[in-house]
Amino acid sequence: MFPKGTKRKFSDSREEPVAGGEDVNQSSLAAVRMLSSYSLQRQSLLDMSLIKLQLCHMLVEPNLCRSVLIANTVRQIQEEMTQDGTWQIMTQALSAANAAAQCSADRLVATEVLCRQTEAAQGEQVPKPFPVVGSEGCPAEEVLEEEEEAAAAEVGMTMSTVSPQAPTSYLPGTFGMDPCWEEEETGEDDDDDDEEEEEDSEECGSGSEGEERERDSLVEDTRTAEQVFGTFEIKNPAPSPDPALEELFSDVDASYYDLDTVLTGMQSVPKMGPYDLLESLSSHGPSPLSSSTSCRSDLNELDHIMEIIVGS
Amino acid sequence: MAGVAGVNDFQWCFSQVKGAIDEDVAEADIISTVEFNHSGELLATGDKGGRVVIFQHEQECKNRPNLRGEYNVYSTFQSHEPEFDYLKSLEIEEKINKIRWLPQQNSAHFLLSTNDKTIKLWKIGERDKRAEGYNLKDEDGRLRDPFRITSLRVPVLMPMDLMVEASPRRVFANAHTYHINSISVNSDHQTYLSADDLRINLWHLEITDRSFNIVDIKPANMEELTEVITAAECHPNQCNVFVYSSSKGTIRLCDMRTAALCDSHTKFFEEPEDPSSRSFFSEIISSISDVKFSHSGRYMMTRDYLSVKVWDLNMENRPVETYQVHEYLRSKLCSLYENDCIFDKFECCWNGSDSAIMTGSYNNFFRMFDRNTRKDITLEASRESSKPRATLKPRKVSTGGKRKKDEISVDSLDFNKKILHTAWHPKENVIAVAATNNLYIFQDKIN
Repeated sequence: MFPKGTKRKFSDSREEPVAGGEDVNQSSLAAVRMLSSYSLQRQSLLDMSLIKLQLCHMLVEPNLCRSVLIANTVRQIQEEMTQDGTWQIMTQALSAANAAAQCSADRLVATEVLCRQTEAAQGEQVPKPFPVVGSEGCPAEEVLEEEEEAAAAEVGMTMSTVSPQAPTSYLPGTFGMDPCWEEEETGEDDDDDDEEEEEDSEECGSGSEGEERERDSLVEDTRTAEQVFGTFEIKNPAPSPDPALEELFSDVDASYYDLDTVLTGMQSVPKMGPYDLLESLSSHGPSPLSSSTSCRSDLNELDHIMEIIVGS
Repeated sequence: MAGVAGVNDFQWCFSQVKGAIDEDVAEADIISTVEFNHSGELLATGDKGGRVVIFQHEQECKNRPNLRGEYNVYSTFQSHEPEFDYLKSLEIEEKINKIRWLPQQNSAHFLLSTNDKTIKLWKIGERDKRAEGYNLKDEDGRLRDPFRITSLRVPVLMPMDLMVEASPRRVFANAHTYHINSISVNSDHQTYLSADDLRINLWHLEITDRSFNIVDIKPANMEELTEVITAAECHPNQCNVFVYSSSKGTIRLCDMRTAALCDSHTKFFEEPEDPSSRSFFSEIISSISDVKFSHSGRYMMTRDYLSVKVWDLNMENRPVETYQVHEYLRSKLCSLYENDCIFDKFECCWNGSDSAIMTGSYNNFFRMFDRNTRKDITLEASRESSKPRATLKPRKVSTGGKRKKDEISVDSLDFNKKILHTAWHPKENVIAVAATNNLYIFQDKIN
């Protein structure tokens, strides 16, 4: 399913000492490794896509086609992860992590808001865990249209109705789906307890590894939503009329330029500043085909914009 | 126009190259569109700096009948300026996205040029006579003292050096919320359509203060947006028919007679996906970057990331021909996604007789496909092969295994040198290829 030869197979680089000469055990381990390799590749693709969407909002006038395509890719990955049950694990882990840092009331509010959202979404065939972040940047255009027709009072209305949808659909666990983390079938016929334990620990090992990164990327997701929302707020500051919503977002750090957190989802990358991120993007991945010229052009655009702002 | 000769029978020779040679390319000089007019006499280019340069084909040399004339600069003007949208705090780029010529109706030439938001109709006219002998003003323009005028004279037209003037005749603004990606002049020569990511508008060339919205795919809730319009074109002879392509690899043909709003299509073209090659990038590479009707109006061609497809308008379920442009990139999709090259929008074009098609690739390569012989050729637009009338050597990319001499390996390709815009003369075997800031003109050697 994943194009061959695109990345080095994670399993190729590891040698696992196998007890005895049990072929069945070996093949099941290999299968597990391949699965974890695939999920790692998928995870890194998800991370890359989320970064791209965030960069969309740092630049001027994001290309809508590109944003939509990236968002669709992210949605596709998330759907697959949901089917795997990986998504549930990740979101549960995240809510567990967040619950510790938050007062429970906020969570309850969130759940309530989400339930309303989910009820509205019941009619839809496919659950949409991820809103089209790229086009979230377009509420400004919706605002433009509203203004063309009606008074400016509607702007505030549009904003407050649009805004809660973005981050709340991020928060996990309430899509009307039963959490279904199923033991992955590895084709293991032998009922030997030791082998099962080994498999489980293997799964858990890779699972928690992936889980850790997935959790970080969900933190990243929340921040993505927050950054989208945050950018929106900066452009059109309007007080949110709903105090519950304010509480909802009070704990989330709206520091737009905190890319350190963004980078936690990526493979062990040292701390860098925002421009370093642009330059390093092209160096990630197995075989970079070009220099960071395209990123440099983004960089130039950013400088150009700064010149305009400073100049005016 | 050679009827039977195939693509490989052509001997493409370098003719000219326009543009600076510097290694350091100014962003504003990057060519963003290339278009021949209907006679092929004029060739227009637009760049990222909002300028339009028009080249004119010189009359052929009588001394050298084997040599076609050259294209020389005819007119240069600033079509669009950068703007700032104060409401959204966003800059509107002055980059010319498309140029389309109007069919010529009098001695002047008209073209439409567009950036992301505004379309302009430009008149390019020649002036080679000047009126002299005005009564009320001097030759240098100063007003004459009325009391000194004692006689009346009739101004006379005197010849002057040829001056080519470009003047904006119409400005079609404020009709697009999203970025305009296509404009297309209708065969009625009175209307044209403009398409952005979510809407298509129909304009009358004389009326600038309103347009009809004929397609609107914007969902009520922007969160549900999963598909955008990527290109649109009017049918070359049926003035009620147009097509638009989407980011999901589909093409919709609409008939404007059916309804005022053509949200429901008349025909829907989509090739079923090959399940064996499905990947996370399948949708992205299926996104259509360009759609062009054949001159005959019977076929249309679409360009997606890896291939060009020719569709028969009477068959919706699959294309009649598929040509692989650079299949060797299929295994590199992840890297191309990373460096954003996967989002590059390549254009494609037909030759005058619809027997051949051309499109660009990376490393300044461009590809031509002969529809009759099914042969294809890869050529390069480079300074090295730019000796006058030098025949272009076919290029080849080695797809792994042993690399033959003169072949280039996939990993050595320069992905910053991309040929997105190409144009084929409507009547002759002359092609224009835009390579970043340079415009290459190649001709077929006349035997």
